[in-house]
Amino acid sequence: MMGYLLKRLASLAVSLLAASLVIFLVVEVAPGDPASFMLGMNARPDTVAALRAELGLDLPVHLRYLDWLGGMLTGDFGISYTYRTPVAQMVADRLAVSLPLAAGALALSTLIALPAGLIAAARRGRAPDMAVMGATQLGIALPNFWLALLLVLLFALKLHWLPAGGFPGWEDPAAALRALILPATALALPQAAILARVLRSALLDILAEEFIRTARAKGLSRGQALLRHGLRNALIPVLTILGLQFSFLLAGAIIIEQVFFLPGLGRLIFQAITQRDLIVVESVVLLLVFAVIVVNFLTDLAYAAADPRLRHRR
Amino acid sequence: MRRAAILLGLPLSALVLGAALLSLVWTPGDVTALDIPARLQPPSSAHWLGTDHFGRDLLSMVMVGARASLMVALVAVGLGLLLGVPLGLAAASRAGGPLDELVMRTNDLIFAFPSLVIAILITALAGPGALNAILAIGIFNIPVFARVTRGAALPLWRRDFILAARLAGKHRSRISAEHILPNLIPLLIVQGTIQISLGILAEAGLSYVGLGAQPPLPSWGRMLAEAQTMVALAPHVALVPGAAILLSVLGLNLLGDGLRDHLDPRLRPARA
Repeated sequence: MMGYLLKRLASLAVSLLAASLVIFLVVEVAPGDPASFMLGMNARPDTVAALRAELGLDLPVHLRYLDWLGGMLTGDFGISYTYRTPVAQMVADRLAVSLPLAAGALALSTLIALPAGLIAAARRGRAPDMAVMGATQLGIALPNFWLALLLVLLFALKLHWLPAGGFPGWEDPAAALRALILPATALALPQAAILARVLRSALLDILAEEFIRTARAKGLSRGQALLRHGLRNALIPVLTILGLQFSFLLAGAIIIEQVFFLPGLGRLIFQAITQRDLIVVESVVLLLVFAVIVVNFLTDLAYAAADPRLRHRR
Repeated sequence: MRRAAILLGLPLSALVLGAALLSLVWTPGDVTALDIPARLQPPSSAHWLGTDHFGRDLLSMVMVGARASLMVALVAVGLGLLLGVPLGLAAASRAGGPLDELVMRTNDLIFAFPSLVIAILITALAGPGALNAILAIGIFNIPVFARVTRGAALPLWRRDFILAARLAGKHRSRISAEHILPNLIPLLIVQGTIQISLGILAEAGLSYVGLGAQPPLPSWGRMLAEAQTMVALAPHVALVPGAAILLSVLGLNLLGDGLRDHLDPRLRPARA
């Protein structure tokens, strides 16, 4: 296990380094100089040069990369070109919206997907299975920003139950939670469709296993055997998808945050891109990629701990 | 199930493709002509799907929008096929070797990037537009096709007919092209269908935030974004483009599922 762990750690480090290099290069080769962007079209060349020096943009590329990477490793994500505040602080503020949104969406999608997947697998080929599979087909094809619009139309504009957008801040927790209900639902439903399908197919694979046949032979019904012996075994692939979904929900909320005017991480990236606030773009994208890579790594480890055969593969 | 999937998926996909092609030569109305007095009209015999806030015919806009969506998705998938398949074939032909390792690790790396964020990054930095949207979506298709190709090609390399070809002295790259690739075509068609549907969703997302095809060419995502402010006044303006996205993605997904089950006998539902 130790050798496996070291090998995986080394590959984790290489992935992160490569990701940081790719992000830095993509942002660096992009047209548009942040200094001239900040000062406007009529700025004098010497003013632009002075600002470039102040922002550290006149240093050679490799020095800027090392400087940025070193900062990221020590928790110093730099200072925003536009707002002149530490990027780490901006990220923390935005996470106060994005994290609860992603967590709420994840919880909701799991609450919907678990019973749906179980029912579909237990009643394979019958009406409940057909209904779940039909609904998941629709769910996967549904663009979440359109679903968001429909939810706003029904629950905010017609029924007046929930706000149509905006975020009041956590000083009023009830209002903050109410503001997150529709966005979390819009994010959760398409994810629930994917999750329910994964759970159904994992359960169907397990139903063919001998230990389920033994359980059935002992007199358990198909549903009982699934609940008592099948679900736990099916959770491994489901947990993988859940882990991946969380990082993608965090990033994928970018459009939903746009629909509901939520001041989250997604909107921060979007604003930073349009304002050429490159340091914010680089740092936030690297954080997101970091989250995905680390979640993948942890999933791999959990797999290897659960299934010794995987430690010796590849 | 398989029958139903194809029976529903094929006409839906054909409808979208047909609408896109027809829009090249004919649309019921002019999508660039503004008719403000006729704005936000509900569906009627003159405008089957109603009109938008500029009085433009929504049916015509959806038809032309289908063109933008399909064009971006198809070319992006073409890019993925063109680069991903040869990479996957090369990796499988020397499985475990340095090239295989390089291709697979690069794939892992691309998979780690949140695709939508990177697509937004590329289109925003390189400038919004259909071409950059194609590139941004296409890049993420490359590892998908490379992985699928490699995964399906690996077991083939152990089959007798490939061993025979190697004994006959054929070069690995020729075996890949002449014997492995033809066996992968059905699989690639299925994966391609699914990737086109994902591409349509991605294009809609990008054009919703203003980074897809640019005006005056209508696109489904931008139609939705423009409809957002008047959804209370005229819900149909938001319903029409959303339904177009939903139906085309649903159609392609069903077609892909049906084709996969049809082409792979192991996936046909067994009597449990």
